[in-house]
Amino acid sequence: MRFKYFFFIFFLFCSTQGICQNYMTKTGFIGFYSKTPLEDVQGENNQVYAVLDPASHHLAFAVLLKGFIFPKELMQVHFNENYVESDKFPKATFSGTCSGEMDLSKDGIYQIVVKGELNLHGVTRPLETTAQLEVKNGKVTGSSAFKIKPEDYQISIPGIVREKIAKEMDVKVQIVWTRNS
Amino acid sequence: MRKIYFNLLLLIISFQVHAQDSLLRSISDSLSVGRGTDYVTGTFKALYIVNMKTIEAPAAGALNFEIQHRFGTINEGAYHLWGLDFATLRLGLDYGISDRLSVGIGRSSVLETFDGYVKYKLLRQTDNTASVPVSIALLGTTSYYTEHIANPKLDSVFKSQYRLAYTAQILIARKFSSKFSLQITPTFIHYNLVDSSIDHNNVFALAAGGRFKITKRMAITAEYNYLFPNQLSSYTGLPLQNALSFGWDIETGGHVFQLVFTNAQTMNEPQYIGQTVGSWGNGDIYFGFNISRNFNLKPHRKPKAY
Repeated sequence: MRFKYFFFIFFLFCSTQGICQNYMTKTGFIGFYSKTPLEDVQGENNQVYAVLDPASHHLAFAVLLKGFIFPKELMQVHFNENYVESDKFPKATFSGTCSGEMDLSKDGIYQIVVKGELNLHGVTRPLETTAQLEVKNGKVTGSSAFKIKPEDYQISIPGIVREKIAKEMDVKVQIVWTRNS
Repeated sequence: MRKIYFNLLLLIISFQVHAQDSLLRSISDSLSVGRGTDYVTGTFKALYIVNMKTIEAPAAGALNFEIQHRFGTINEGAYHLWGLDFATLRLGLDYGISDRLSVGIGRSSVLETFDGYVKYKLLRQTDNTASVPVSIALLGTTSYYTEHIANPKLDSVFKSQYRLAYTAQILIARKFSSKFSLQITPTFIHYNLVDSSIDHNNVFALAAGGRFKITKRMAITAEYNYLFPNQLSSYTGLPLQNALSFGWDIETGGHVFQLVFTNAQTMNEPQYIGQTVGSWGNGDIYFGFNISRNFNLKPHRKPKAY
């Protein structure tokens, strides 16, 4: 009885605290792109923290907004100062679950649906998108593309530059995980 | 026993609900710990507060085009449309060689003056730890006026070497909050030729300027240039004044507009610091504006690959 009890608790902590075999990386990629006839805007970040729990199919992302690099430095300053206000809201996070057929122990390509909540600029909103998981030699590559509207996250865009910034941002995510050892 | 199982069941349910959160919390916390040094950006919106150069510089590969305009004095009255009939102009180009080193050239209509400068960012304020509380830049400026002297007898006096002046400044700035920034600028100026024998060729001044953001894209600015006394007596026979200026910054994408009010008509350090004769008290107030436009000649940098 007692043995069973301890085993149960051990299993519980394993599955919930994520100390067992999570996939974790600190070098994930997120980029966002806005294309208009007047101006192209792009910001890319190669320092995305991402974790995937293969048992529960939970996954989470966290990124520092100051880490987005723009080809035009002035845009980077404006992005941080005027749009996402990274002094006040330094991080963007996503937390959710993935559903669909996937087996991370077997090589293959899996089409999945990711559903969760995106927190950006102090606003949390539900987000659902399709994604692809590619498993190869113990390496898991997750990639996804979706759109978000700045206004949904209370990021206001003044009229004078409204024509230069797309109504919806294309967001691309690519995460390469290797199993934690 | 049943009670224990019930409690355990509750525990499992609550853990399952929180599992997702704890997964996020674990990486979110390590993100906070793992973040490196962040430099403060956007201490000022533009390269100039009004006349004084700020610690801001164009990024590597970026070119800034600056148009500075000062109309006549407001006390010229309705006949001269409160000074709008007259205008002086400085056109400038500023280029970032690296993120720390920038150079600039300019030409202003007052005394047909050319100027050039080199600015180097020595220290950059960091924001997540208080390890570097201020940003410091070193600035060296040379100005050379080319105005023709009508009197041929004075040609020998106004040889080219006597038309030069040099300025060295240490720009010390701190962004106290996202709204408020302040800059202190100890200044040394060397004039190759001064107005009279009692004037010093080497003069010292202390300038200070600040900005306060009223919205995300607008700010009120002010600067004051204090020339230490008993160095220069007068300019063109008129008593000298310290230049005091106010500005209203409006930022729109790649442009910054600055509407300014100042008692200095000139826009070069040796001229506005040591040769300002306009007085706020007498209404010698010049209305004007600075407009800057940023061009990217080279893409700034690629994201760091790990």
